[in-house]
Amino acid sequence: MENFKIDVDSDGIALITFDVPGRSMNTITGSVMRDLITLVDTIKTDAKINGAVITSGKATGFCAGADLGELNQRGSAKQEEPKSEDERLKKQFEQSFTLNRSLRAIETCGKPVAVALEGLALGGGLEIALACHYRVAADNPKTKFGLPESKVGLLPGAGGTQRLPRLIGVQNAAMMILQGADKSPQEAKGLGFINEVVPAGGTVDAAKAWVKSTLPWDYAKGPNPKAIAPWDVKGYKVKDGPFTPAGAMAAVGGNAMVSKQTNLNYPAQRNILSCIYEGMQVPIDAALRIESRYFIKTAATPQAKGMIRTLFVNMQALGKGGNRPEGFPTYEIKKVAVLGAGLMGAGIAYVQAKAGIETVLLDVSQESAEKGKAYSKRIVDKDISRGKITKEKGDALLALITPSTDYSLIKGSDLVVEAVFESPALKAEVTKKAEAYLGETAVFGSNTSTLPITGLAEASARPKNFIGIHFFSPVERMGLVELIMGKDTTAETQAKAIDYVIKIRKTPITVNDFRGFYTSRCFGTYPAEGVEMLMEGIAPAIIENVGRQCGMPMGPLEVSDSVGLDTALKIGKTNAELNQQDYKKDPRAAMLSWLVEDKGRVGRKGGKGYYEYGEDGKPSRIWPGLAERIEVKTKECPPELKTELTKRFLFRQCIEVARCFEEGVITDPRDADVGSILAWGFAPYSGGCISYIDLFWGTKGFVEEADRLADTYGERFRPNKLLRDMAAKGETFYERFGAKEKKAA
Amino acid sequence: MAEAYIYDAVRTPRGKGKANGSLHEQTSLQLATQVLQALRDRNNLDTSKVDDVVMGVLSPIGEQGGNLPRIAALNAGYAETVSGVQVERFCASGLEACNIAAAKVKSGEAALAIGAGTESMSRVPMGSTGGSWATDPSIAMKTYFTPQGVSADAIATKYGFSRTDLDQFAVQSQQRAAQAWKEGRFKKSIIPVKDQMGATLLSHDEFMRPETTLQSLGALEPSFKMQGEVMPGFDDVIKQRYPELEKIDHVHHAGNSSGIVDGAAGVLIGSKEMGDALGLKPRARIVGGASIGSEPSIMLTGPEHVTHKLMKRLGLSKQDIDLWELNEAFASVVLRWVQALDLDMDKVNVNGGAIAMGHPIGATGAMILGTMVDELERADKERALITLCIGAGMGTATVIERVN
Repeated sequence: MENFKIDVDSDGIALITFDVPGRSMNTITGSVMRDLITLVDTIKTDAKINGAVITSGKATGFCAGADLGELNQRGSAKQEEPKSEDERLKKQFEQSFTLNRSLRAIETCGKPVAVALEGLALGGGLEIALACHYRVAADNPKTKFGLPESKVGLLPGAGGTQRLPRLIGVQNAAMMILQGADKSPQEAKGLGFINEVVPAGGTVDAAKAWVKSTLPWDYAKGPNPKAIAPWDVKGYKVKDGPFTPAGAMAAVGGNAMVSKQTNLNYPAQRNILSCIYEGMQVPIDAALRIESRYFIKTAATPQAKGMIRTLFVNMQALGKGGNRPEGFPTYEIKKVAVLGAGLMGAGIAYVQAKAGIETVLLDVSQESAEKGKAYSKRIVDKDISRGKITKEKGDALLALITPSTDYSLIKGSDLVVEAVFESPALKAEVTKKAEAYLGETAVFGSNTSTLPITGLAEASARPKNFIGIHFFSPVERMGLVELIMGKDTTAETQAKAIDYVIKIRKTPITVNDFRGFYTSRCFGTYPAEGVEMLMEGIAPAIIENVGRQCGMPMGPLEVSDSVGLDTALKIGKTNAELNQQDYKKDPRAAMLSWLVEDKGRVGRKGGKGYYEYGEDGKPSRIWPGLAERIEVKTKECPPELKTELTKRFLFRQCIEVARCFEEGVITDPRDADVGSILAWGFAPYSGGCISYIDLFWGTKGFVEEADRLADTYGERFRPNKLLRDMAAKGETFYERFGAKEKKAA
Repeated sequence: MAEAYIYDAVRTPRGKGKANGSLHEQTSLQLATQVLQALRDRNNLDTSKVDDVVMGVLSPIGEQGGNLPRIAALNAGYAETVSGVQVERFCASGLEACNIAAAKVKSGEAALAIGAGTESMSRVPMGSTGGSWATDPSIAMKTYFTPQGVSADAIATKYGFSRTDLDQFAVQSQQRAAQAWKEGRFKKSIIPVKDQMGATLLSHDEFMRPETTLQSLGALEPSFKMQGEVMPGFDDVIKQRYPELEKIDHVHHAGNSSGIVDGAAGVLIGSKEMGDALGLKPRARIVGGASIGSEPSIMLTGPEHVTHKLMKRLGLSKQDIDLWELNEAFASVVLRWVQALDLDMDKVNVNGGAIAMGHPIGATGAMILGTMVDELERADKERALITLCIGAGMGTATVIERVN
């Protein structure tokens, strides 16, 4: 066994140290699963062993669960071709059930096995612990215990959906598993899945003490009666199964809650409830088999594949600089100046200070600059009052922000983030002013969502060091930063900017300098398609409900309201001017003009838009006055129509992303997928726009369907040359643009 | 194929379906037994001629379980040869029992059968038998399971019925039921329920509130707002199937929904030959029956579809039906049916319905079938259609025709 070490003490208690070689954190690899079989056999058969304590050899904690990277690869490994679908499924079951079998063997080995948890136990790690007879945790509020599988579209597949509900009750367990929520040791003890919490460093002794309390036992008489799980005690019955008075309402309510929260887009969530519903009605061994079957079924869904790849593998890779140009040393960022203390600048100052960066926050007046800093104070005060941070830490954070009007304070900054109004002239002015104090090698970043970076860089004396840094609002909550390469921006500047984004704990993606960049351009297609539907006479309620139900965070009309109808009208007018046309000839612009100019409905900020708004600023209902202008022709939405509208919403966005690849706006599918989910909330269950094409349709199927949509609804759905080319070759985006090929090239 | 005739129909009064309801003190077995005894005694029936007792029960568990009809036949002193079968089609169990009994007669399998229904909701509460639809995620989610109350509210919203529309209908149900009782229109078929000593326990429908007004109903809180909007939030579930609903108006309450009550009913159905042999006079002919399934989440629009299905099969048009009877599970269900079929409200539920008198689930179908036999005779009409909305989107209907 390379992953487990056994030391038997004088009481015959085996201390088993879990320590996967070559890794900082224990994960459950294929090798661990093989070792577990040997380990269990040793505990059971070695007459010198009277009981066991499992602990970790890592300072990082007990175990972080399955190796998702390996799990993701498992499907692609070459294996002997199964003769039938039935055989293929049964083989998969055997493979997947290996861990369950070992854990069940620990549970029923007849000797007491305790686990000593000095640190985190997540996913499979916690499932190992749940299969032990006694669990001791170190008292550290930062330690996390949880089953987070559902966050990447999977379900706990090593008994988690069966042992946890039997230990802590169906309702508590269902909530914890569905949300993938972490619990601290004290919370875990309160819920009932940790038996004992002891001071740090004391878990092994406490676990041994428990094992010792069950001894001596003469194993010639049979299994140790203390070494038995509650569900293996004769006569055991689940108290709150679906057909008990205690469990019936929870089952019905649970289905409704999950249905409501997921709109049926997340099969893992439904399957978790199925595991619990079906599993609570049968003995544990049958229940574990049921869970494994659902695990295999769930892992095979495009949702699981897309979510694991984008939300786990890719997000982690990008967060560690996976997309950073190679060959440049890490850029140490100690001091950053922020120009403009408006909403954006204030938010940027906060995230910088939170990451320990000395921040100069500049504005035209001291008052405005102070106001910008006050934004951070509000957040800090709230965090202190909620006990999230200490007063000292909060004060230290705020001390890092210096509000001022004095540009000379920029001296010594490693980077400047310009976040003034979206006016090229103003931006040019502050760029020149700032560069006067900025070192030769420092980076100048301009925060803009629309203005071309190459144009802004003209004001710079050092366009090679100039880059677009597009933040999203509210900065402290949005996880993405879109970096925009100007014509002259160097790879070194890109690397430095990526280091900055990582330092402020956000995920960077890099795109090229085209109108709307990547995120603004693609995001706009969603509300635009909503307006198309409105103009066709589809009832607004249908448009909004289907928009939300297909996985977007808001209905498209609500999105339009949030952006501002006047803003949309302005863009329409500018475009018409560029093409020397009367903007009112476009029926969409004409409708916007009617809403904004005739009816004074500018959107959410004015309290009137497609929606009416309550005093709390939340939409109260769709404005009935829309009917004055647009006759509703489609009043009902049978499932076929819902499917069609869903496709229109999702395809429209994906086709725009495909166009971005063809035009060179974006080059890496990881950036595109992560960006689509983090920037504008594209249906997260899909794994992002590119994964939606690759995994849900395949390029061939996607092109066929897009052609049909184009024939029916217009050329905006027509697949571009790139998509057709890929469809003809049967290529996916990850194959064509993926990291592997890039290296080869 | 033989014809199936109705020779007699009886029902118990409906007791409040609570611990303080009069019938709570009598067993379900007794309710079923007294119905069977009444059919025997009123017709001087040689029970050995009865081939089968088909009985609807929504919750066949506890005292209502284990084949109540057979046990009740034994308890009633029927001949040992009389078999029993319990059927469940949710709210239409009683009407389905009559349709099955009629089908047995028509096919020749039985010469004489009893279609019946029994439900003591106070003793065996709704939901006692469980079921997978709402609890098993694999079916609940893909069919957008929504409890009936929320579905009924969704019907009102979708088809444009306001709270006032529903309340007006509820007041009308109360007034019509009160009028019917006052004029003795139910007299022919009501059999008082006897207590353990043999004294009368209940002789009238005790759930009714004839004093109900629009104003008094206005004070009632909506019943399904909480489960629709908050915990667990079924509005968002049914909106997945009906995205056209921006917001669901929660307009149903205790006063415009059917009441929870206890009761039982039975209908004596037989062939012409058997009737002649026993010297029984047929009162009506069962022209035909049908059942259907429709979209399950909105659940309660089945009557419209089953009415079309049955009338088409029987070659009947609207003008051929003199009386229309739809169980008043919820006011919106009746209003939608009337709207969809464009019916004349003067011919619909002429003696009130379950909003006023209550809905003893397994028994209601058999009860309203009997009510229509009485009403055809009293009003000197020819034909009636009886139907009920049913859980999981079904509908069951029966057309009867007076023969003398």
